[in-house]
Amino acid sequence: MSEHPTVEKIVINVDGKDVEVPAGINAIEAARLHGKEIPHYCYHPKLSIAGNCRMCLIEMGMPMRDRATGEPIMNEAGKQKIGWGPKPTIGCATNVAPGMHLKTDSPMVKEARNGVTEFLLINHPLDCPICDQAGECRLQEFSADHGRCESRFIEEKNVKPKHTTLGPRVTLDDERCILCSRCIRFSSEIAGDDCLGFVDRGTYSTLTCYPGRELKHNYSLNTVDICPVGALTETDFRFKMRVWFLKRTNSICTESSAGSNSTIWSREGKIYRITPRRNDAVNDTWMTDSGRELFKAIETGDRLTRYTVDGVHKTPDETALVATDLLKGGAVAIVGSAHSSVEEQFLYSLMAGRTDAKVSLIRRTGEGDGILLTEDRTPNMRGALLTGLISELPAGDVGSLAESIKSGTVKTLVVVNEDVTVFGLPTDILSKVKIIYFGTHANETGRVADVVCPSLSVFEKEGSFVNVSFRVQKFAAAIPGPKGVLPDVSILEKIVAALDGEKPVGGITHDILWERLAGKIPQFAGLTWSGIGDEGTAVDPTAFLDLPFPERKHLKFDPVAFKKVPVAPVEA
Amino acid sequence: MNLKPETIEKIDKLVSRYPTKRSAALPLCHLVQEDQGYLSNEAMEWIARRLDLQPINILELVTFYPMLRTKPVGKYHVRVCHTLPCALAGAYQTCRRLEEALHVKAGHTSEDNLVTLEYVECHADCGRAPVVMVGEEEYTGVDPEKAGEMAARIKSGELSIGMPDA
Amino acid sequence: MALKEKRLIMKHVDEPGYTNDIDCYLKHGGYEDLKKAVALKPEYICAEVMESGVRGRGGAGFPAGMKWKFLDRKSGKPIYLICNCDESEPGTFKDRQIVHKDPHQLIEGMMIAAFAIQAKLAFIYIRGEFFQGYRILEKAIEEARAGNFLGENILDTGYSCDIIVHRGAGAYICGEETGLIESLEGKRANPRIKPPYFPAALGLYQCPTIVNNVETLCDVKHIVNMGGKEFAKIGTSGNTGTRTWCVSGHVMNPGYYEFACADITLGQLIYDICGGLKPGRKLKAVIPGGSSAKVLRADERFRGTLQDGTEFDWGIEDIPMDFDSLAACGSMSGSGGVIVMDDSTDIVEALANINYFYAHESCGQCTPCREGVPWLRKVTRRMVDGEAREEDADLLKSIADQIAGRTICAFGEAASWPVQSFIEKFKDEFVEKAREQAARRKEGKKPATETTLV
Repeated sequence: MSEHPTVEKIVINVDGKDVEVPAGINAIEAARLHGKEIPHYCYHPKLSIAGNCRMCLIEMGMPMRDRATGEPIMNEAGKQKIGWGPKPTIGCATNVAPGMHLKTDSPMVKEARNGVTEFLLINHPLDCPICDQAGECRLQEFSADHGRCESRFIEEKNVKPKHTTLGPRVTLDDERCILCSRCIRFSSEIAGDDCLGFVDRGTYSTLTCYPGRELKHNYSLNTVDICPVGALTETDFRFKMRVWFLKRTNSICTESSAGSNSTIWSREGKIYRITPRRNDAVNDTWMTDSGRELFKAIETGDRLTRYTVDGVHKTPDETALVATDLLKGGAVAIVGSAHSSVEEQFLYSLMAGRTDAKVSLIRRTGEGDGILLTEDRTPNMRGALLTGLISELPAGDVGSLAESIKSGTVKTLVVVNEDVTVFGLPTDILSKVKIIYFGTHANETGRVADVVCPSLSVFEKEGSFVNVSFRVQKFAAAIPGPKGVLPDVSILEKIVAALDGEKPVGGITHDILWERLAGKIPQFAGLTWSGIGDEGTAVDPTAFLDLPFPERKHLKFDPVAFKKVPVAPVEA
Repeated sequence: MNLKPETIEKIDKLVSRYPTKRSAALPLCHLVQEDQGYLSNEAMEWIARRLDLQPINILELVTFYPMLRTKPVGKYHVRVCHTLPCALAGAYQTCRRLEEALHVKAGHTSEDNLVTLEYVECHADCGRAPVVMVGEEEYTGVDPEKAGEMAARIKSGELSIGMPDA
Repeated sequence: MALKEKRLIMKHVDEPGYTNDIDCYLKHGGYEDLKKAVALKPEYICAEVMESGVRGRGGAGFPAGMKWKFLDRKSGKPIYLICNCDESEPGTFKDRQIVHKDPHQLIEGMMIAAFAIQAKLAFIYIRGEFFQGYRILEKAIEEARAGNFLGENILDTGYSCDIIVHRGAGAYICGEETGLIESLEGKRANPRIKPPYFPAALGLYQCPTIVNNVETLCDVKHIVNMGGKEFAKIGTSGNTGTRTWCVSGHVMNPGYYEFACADITLGQLIYDICGGLKPGRKLKAVIPGGSSAKVLRADERFRGTLQDGTEFDWGIEDIPMDFDSLAACGSMSGSGGVIVMDDSTDIVEALANINYFYAHESCGQCTPCREGVPWLRKVTRRMVDGEAREEDADLLKSIADQIAGRTICAFGEAASWPVQSFIEKFKDEFVEKAREQAARRKEGKKPATETTLV
């Protein structure tokens, strides 16, 4: 299964050097592949080409041919002459062709960029010191490279609306707007909500929503991400933190099986925001607004922070010992989770094997939006299947366990991060079994559990999920978890090893876990933890293609096409 | 919004002629403006609904094209061309004369809503400059003297505004 | 050179008794050329238009036959024809005459063109201010439909094509063909980037589209009438057919005058045809092709070599009125709008007026035009308001240089050329204005006098 179907390569010349690039890409991307940055504002690889900012002006030339005969015209050195255009051309709308010559830093190009930069700044408020975009502002960056030190503009600047509430999550400063139209194109082309537009004309053109309407679709914060200046800012993040103080950590959105790649922005153990991370096979450069809010849950007061047995605080080792003893008694059932990482699921799967336990999961579905919110609202249902934790898709509740509990065939129940009291196992049923609970937050199940192991959230641990198109994707720990709480895999390793009378590996690592995973699970054969890149790895889904998955067509997933060619499409 | 039946009829006929509904947006703006005098939010929303568009799509047009307006104008909408050929022929003097005679500044509507006076760009009749449009009627060679006469005829209600049924 | 008008397009428009109804048109041989055309092969008409050498009358002067040749006929998508009747380049008023006084000539020309390119549907994009023109065209189209000259099964040939008259709403940029197409699609008239959106391939509704000026489409009728070869004999090589020169500004008899290309000089046009300047006035400057054309200074000498190798050394009055001669003088014939300025003209005010126009009409889509042109306006406004600085002339030139050649559409040039040429040719007056105002300020007087052009 090749992830990158062979793309035809052609040779072009960038600033005097012949280089190979994929056919069909534009000059900006071609130059980028060879280390040349062509500055731009309006161009975005995942939106239609607008060509309005004029920052990416470059010189373009093609090998000359005689008009009459079609024969190449040669120069004295015996090479084909290059016919350079008299005017610079925009790189974003210039698609490479064999033999094309580009100049990305000639005097004409520099002069054009300097001109555009001067124009963009004459009506700009130049308020970087109080602007949230500072530090990640293209205008600020390019102005440093291409701007003048002194302004030649002595006229009055245009006045436009400032700090307008554009929607529940986005604030607009029209004076900073450079009218690149990225946000308008995004809303219309990707989010499918044509809510933004320019009103008035010429230099008075102003970004706005229709009176009484708002930018409130569930992708509104993507407009903030792609705004190259400080015009659109995240209301929640405004004035909170300078971006250069924040640490960036790769993560995966757990909102649904789409598995949008994300970046966690944190400082001193506190998360400030989550933004999408580009992955052309998964989410392009987008993610939902709702997915970006998930980190707020970890700050709530009901986090579980202590290992307890019968309500008494114990060490992790003591707790693991008690849990192991319970499990060794047999008659075990496990209510696992599709929110657990592949590695955790693998250990639960071993636990089930060694205790002969029946494993159930709980289906979490909702309406999909056709973009990046899929019907399956868990991040790792495929992981549960691949690790053998389950072999069928789960039901909506675990009420079927009630009979087994009543009849005594289940005496110990392991529950992972679910409150089973609302999924068919009320407390009077639970009172008949011993409960080992793994979870991040307190709930009724945790309250009645005999053994409680606090878990780390996705932001506090590392691991991997397998998304809707069977792509294994890694996430890293952005912030430390509550003091004293170990990664779930550590405590699971202790229990699972003890169940077989083995010595647990102290300080279990994902490298070791993946050696085991690769050895045990055919789809993971050959994979290593460090070998899974930032964009993840697609694994073979064929064993599961006949299962009635709930996901419909989304941005990068089409169930019908996937059954035929089970690889997520990759765009150039 | 109460559009005249004949306006609705015109709109229905017109929309069906275009290969796409959206193409009818500008013509609809004209028709509704002619019917209502201007394009209110209600009007823009109506047009958007009629063409399966979002209201912002219509607001974008209304604020782009100078002939479309979001506020009513006076009974006499006097548009004085001030582009170079008309300016060379004295358009500014013409407009100043109109301002004095009609007691209204260019860019404004008189308090009695009789006149809206404004400068506009080229009307493409530069050979007969200065050109003044009143409503839909074109007046050419409007020197200050003629402007004075024009103002008098506006005040007396005699001046044609060129609309067949007005 | 003859000084007699050669009225081809305007043949009947001012004839006594000539009216714009179809009966009158038919009496004058109307629609005979359409009848002739539909009996021909479409490719044959295209070849005739190519042979005629007719260049677009809207401003750019691109050969119409070539434009048609670029049409993507293999896409399988419908083909559209659009008549650009947005006539909006200041100083131009020729299309108005055709629409108001001889609409059937346009319709006939359009239907021939539509047949030649096998258009599925045709549009006339008429500027919104032409209220009467719109009504006249609507009526004429109904008459032509009744006569089976357009609509279903035209003249029983099996070919069908209708015309929709689409009104603009006061935006100059709709004269730019891709801006026009956007407008016709119901959007803001933001011109499209080219590549990829060349109308001949990806035009209206992303279908192959031809956009031609009113006068050009009328020419098509006459090309079919006399044949491309005969048409090419009018004027000179590369400058075939007639041009309708629209003269405005400081001449005794402004108006429109149709001559064969190169059949008249600028001097003859101003002095012999338009009756010269007002008494006691001297010629100062001429903008020969609509307000975006580069200005010509009355006392300039124009020297150089024409395409055919002929050397020339002309004064302003000697310039032959055609595409190539005016281009050789560093300006253009553009849309044919000749704006004459005598020595009473304050050149800084004239430029301030032009800058106001282009700043007002900039669509605002791309950076250099959106930001640069209003900057030009602000500088010249300040200059006429009494705060001119000596360095402003260079500043204006520099701003204009940063616009031209870097925008999505030719508006960038249209707005920059006046500034570049005014500064190049009248820099002394810009500097003088600054000195004069400085002197007045020094004397404690009000620095500005009353303006007449802004």
